[in-house]
Amino acid sequence: MTFYGFFFYLISAVVIGATAIAITRRNLVHAVVYLIVSYFGTAMLFYLFGAPLLAALEIIIYAGAIMVLFLFVVMMIKIESHEEVMFPLSQWLPAAVFGLIYLAAALMAIVETPGTEVSLRMLTATPIQFALYVFEHHWFSIEVISILLLLALVGALHLGFRKGAAQGSSPHDADASLAGGSAGSISTPREAASATIKEEI
Amino acid sequence: MIVPFGHVLLVAGIIFALGVFCAVVRRNLIMIVLGIEIMLNAVSIAFVAAALRWNNLEGQTFVLFILAVAATEVSVGLAIIVYAFRRTDSFDPSRFNLLR
Repeated sequence: MTFYGFFFYLISAVVIGATAIAITRRNLVHAVVYLIVSYFGTAMLFYLFGAPLLAALEIIIYAGAIMVLFLFVVMMIKIESHEEVMFPLSQWLPAAVFGLIYLAAALMAIVETPGTEVSLRMLTATPIQFALYVFEHHWFSIEVISILLLLALVGALHLGFRKGAAQGSSPHDADASLAGGSAGSISTPREAASATIKEEI
Repeated sequence: MIVPFGHVLLVAGIIFALGVFCAVVRRNLIMIVLGIEIMLNAVSIAFVAAALRWNNLEGQTFVLFILAVAATEVSVGLAIIVYAFRRTDSFDPSRFNLLR
């Protein structure tokens, strides 16, 4: 096994382990922080697979913007962590059996399909090559994505805006200030992320 | 030579299954959105590995679009979650069942 192969298995184990810990935490802050660890590992996998620009974007957007957005929402809102209850056994047992069958089928498909035993070579797409390729072949999709990001910004602002705040209802003034804060916290990283994407694209 | 392509697919599949588990089993709106993020991340890994396998930059381009769509989805989704929390004072999805 080469050094890069060992590196891949090590990082994959860290990513899977961190994700498994993250999805079972009751405390949402712990879950988000474990998921940031998982995204750093994913960025390393991207770098290993010859996508340095995507590795940087993964850290900037996923670990930097999206997870911080989750942290904002989790910390803004008071959490009652004890109220979450699991489904009863009779409900999730059939789902688990079917899921395991699908997992086994996917495993067999991966093993049996010809071409999956081919070893990956060490190649790197430099950011210049990648950017040239994207803008030669997919310039229209980039425009569509920019419109999508603008629409997301407008939609998040609209959802965060509280109707009671405009009418000035007195018992909800404290909530109205919370609403303003939520709209700001959602839109600002959103703008940062979209600016990052547009710059990189 | 790094690793066989199938092993990368296996890792991506395991992470995707973890995301499905998180989105289906957890009864917390934020954890459901986190599960969707995990699934998108797993798909990104598979796409980048496929781009390397066939020596074609199309896969990396798709990951770029996945990043943008994930950012969009999480911003709108979290805004909806904050809205739902204001309505029901809870993160439980079964509590948010009134259309009005």
